[in-house]
Amino acid sequence: MKAMVCVKRVVDYNVRIQVKPDESGVVTEGVKMSMNPFDEIAVEEALRLKEAGKIDEIIAVTIGPQQAQEQLRTALAMGADRAILVQTDEAVQPLTAARVFAELAGKEEPGVVLMGKQAIDDDQGQTGQMTAALWQRPQATFASKVEIEGESAKVTREIDAGLETIEVDLPAVITTDLRLNEPRYVKLPDIMKAKKKTIDNTTVEELGVEAAKPLKVTRTAPPPARQGGKKVESVQELVSELKNKGLI
Amino acid sequence: MSKVLIIAEHDAGKLSAATGKAVRCAQDLGPEALEVAVFVHEGGDDVAGAAAKLDGVTRVLKVTDPANENALAAVLAPQVASLVQDGYTHVLVGNSTFGKDLMPRVAALLGVPQVTDVMKVEGEYVFQRPIYAGNAITTVEAPGDQVLCATVRGASYPAAGEGGNAEVEDRQVDAEIPQHTRFVGREVHKSDRPDLATAPKVVSGGRGVGSEENFKIIYSLADKLGAGVGASRAAVDAGYVPNDMQVGQTGKIIAPELYVAIGISGAIQHWAGIKDAGTIVAINKDEEAPIFEVADLGLVADLFEAVPELEKALD
Repeated sequence: MKAMVCVKRVVDYNVRIQVKPDESGVVTEGVKMSMNPFDEIAVEEALRLKEAGKIDEIIAVTIGPQQAQEQLRTALAMGADRAILVQTDEAVQPLTAARVFAELAGKEEPGVVLMGKQAIDDDQGQTGQMTAALWQRPQATFASKVEIEGESAKVTREIDAGLETIEVDLPAVITTDLRLNEPRYVKLPDIMKAKKKTIDNTTVEELGVEAAKPLKVTRTAPPPARQGGKKVESVQELVSELKNKGLI
Repeated sequence: MSKVLIIAEHDAGKLSAATGKAVRCAQDLGPEALEVAVFVHEGGDDVAGAAAKLDGVTRVLKVTDPANENALAAVLAPQVASLVQDGYTHVLVGNSTFGKDLMPRVAALLGVPQVTDVMKVEGEYVFQRPIYAGNAITTVEAPGDQVLCATVRGASYPAAGEGGNAEVEDRQVDAEIPQHTRFVGREVHKSDRPDLATAPKVVSGGRGVGSEENFKIIYSLADKLGAGVGASRAAVDAGYVPNDMQVGQTGKIIAPELYVAIGISGAIQHWAGIKDAGTIVAINKDEEAPIFEVADLGLVADLFEAVPELEKALD
């Protein structure tokens, strides 16, 4: 059984993002880019499923500019077997991404498609569910535990009320939450080895996928500023401040 | 003029607060019709009745199917998509894990984009939403010739009032319900404390609290304040508290009147979950902790001394 893991190139988790002064977007030039951390968890889960003998091939896929190869190389260095870059210089809408992934899933016929529950840049959290819908297969979102048994998977999900477990027939789409696993560090020899692995190049058009009508972003602004930073010296002072505000 | 459908979220006969907030958001669209769909496996009069009371709601549609017992996205999505064909221009749901799971599946079935996390309505198809953990706010314009699917950021809206009296109608939907997804079980952490998502006061503990055992001082202070209890990701990851208590970008996003952060350093991902809070209090022994930059009232102190002292001072 194959696993297809979808990864996204995003501004690194540790970067404090800056809004452009003309409010046309967020500064990404000269900023460190990385694999979306939730997608790293998805790659790690695929590796663990392979190590447990549930999966025999891992295909890493991304949609993005030529440089998104770097994130595929990271996935390959972690242990993915091969990769596909669907190249585009346009911003990709979740629905378009889902159409691409569903198309690739139809071609590659993976038993499981894994991806992060959201990307930390646009925080939309749609692509996994949309892929499952278009592929007409089950979805198990926000996974914190994945057990594959034969033709189905039992997935524990992080929900607002606690944890929920569902069983889905395979193939299925699983989106990964924070506590599913801790991704491994990539070692230098693995990076070298990954250079020999194949990255296939294609495009949205080559796949015959129609881009979705976009949500037009007309303005990107910093959030309203908060006046913080006031300190109190003692618990008594804190209590009297809270009383003044009518909070206690 | 827009015709809005809200998907009700409910559990054990109770309508969720997220649904009231979605209705409140929908009012800003100035709709000619604002309807709520309640999907149940049986009964459901209490939930439908609660939805009918929400201000602005013009009709409640109750859809009964045995498959709807456990709110599975794969089961609900085709029913929602089918219902939407009935002339609706907008479909909204709260941005809870229920809504986040369901709505993209609906949008994909309809072949339309989704606006996640609406924080402000600027026009029938123009919305504000946060990106980068709320470190930037974008204004997005959706195509006006397609159904608009959206999830509503709970922290941005109060619940709709309860002075309405809409009619409740039983509705059949024609949808093929898949068998490939089955509910197994749910582990719900029961608590007598106010619900973290909607409590007017919240006390949260972080890694600084140090252990599951030590968390009792957080609970104790919360009980004295009548507050809900939350936690940072670090505290959840360390196993001090269960996952449903996590506040932040990927946990719960809340807007209490009072938020007390104890032993929390204040990573931007945590900040994303509390930036709409009224007053933020931080207690941390590290005076360099970033939480102090954003807290309205900061106290540099050992939490194991300050928290019991604070609790005592509230007597």
